[in-house]
Amino acid sequence: MKIGVVTFPGTLDDRDAARAVRIAGGEAVSLWHADADLKRVDAVVLPGGFSYGDYLRCGAIAAQAPVMKEIIKKANQGLPVLGICNGFQVLVESHLLPGGLIRNSDQHFICRDQGLRVENTSTAWTNQFELNQEITIPLKNGEGGYIATASELERLEGEGLVTFRYIGGNPNGSMNDIAGLRNERGNVVGLMPHPEHAVEAGFGPDTATAMRSGVDGLLFFKSVLHSLVNA
Amino acid sequence: MPKIIVEVMPKADLLDPQGKAVANALHRSGNKDVSAVRIGKRIELHFDREITDADIAAAQKIGEEFLSNAVIEDVVNVHVEN
Repeated sequence: MKIGVVTFPGTLDDRDAARAVRIAGGEAVSLWHADADLKRVDAVVLPGGFSYGDYLRCGAIAAQAPVMKEIIKKANQGLPVLGICNGFQVLVESHLLPGGLIRNSDQHFICRDQGLRVENTSTAWTNQFELNQEITIPLKNGEGGYIATASELERLEGEGLVTFRYIGGNPNGSMNDIAGLRNERGNVVGLMPHPEHAVEAGFGPDTATAMRSGVDGLLFFKSVLHSLVNA
Repeated sequence: MPKIIVEVMPKADLLDPQGKAVANALHRSGNKDVSAVRIGKRIELHFDREITDADIAAAQKIGEEFLSNAVIEDVVNVHVEN
């Protein structure tokens, strides 16, 4: 199974995302922002970083890139797409997910291991989690405060589209402690924390068992491979 | 050079952390009468020819669809400067 990983100017975590795909057992394929060719991939990861230097608004210029035109079209036809951090911002700016992301409420860039609760497992990217499973993966951003209109929030909650919620403290002022969302179809998922940094023992978050042994992020990538195999 | 100015502001009911930080600094430096600060964007679209009504309509659309995000910002003004 081929998982595309997009590189925009200013993307940082494309190599880590590609590595996570390979560790999960998939084939990582590099996709270039200026190239509308998706190289027949079966799914796409929009990785973290600071695309276009966060100019205008985080993710706003990336959302206009040639590769995104194609990804938006295919996502609306069911292509699994995962947006991580800046990738989540790109999904929001592309209108593949609702709402917006603003500067953290305390105005600081936050980098820490973050607890999350997985509240929806009916997606291409979360089907290998247990419902309400609590996981820990790194969080690192300056503009991770999720906001939406009151009616949009009500819809998200009512339809169960909130996929990840912060636990152990809301780091950035996100409404309803929202850390990540899915679309109605469940093929598009976006979140601020970074699953690709928690896929290999020795390099992940600390756990009760051992330092840096956390690999909770690996199930994101195993989930998409599982959903593709069973598609 | 004729230009269209598009002004974008964070929504009134939204916390503007930049504005808040600047307001705090102003208060520290003695400007106690400034009750609040809000920071937005002024974007200039330059033209090498006369600006038409169609350009202004297009700028309004660009402002609403790309230069601002309706969830968090409003286009508060679009006007021509020569």
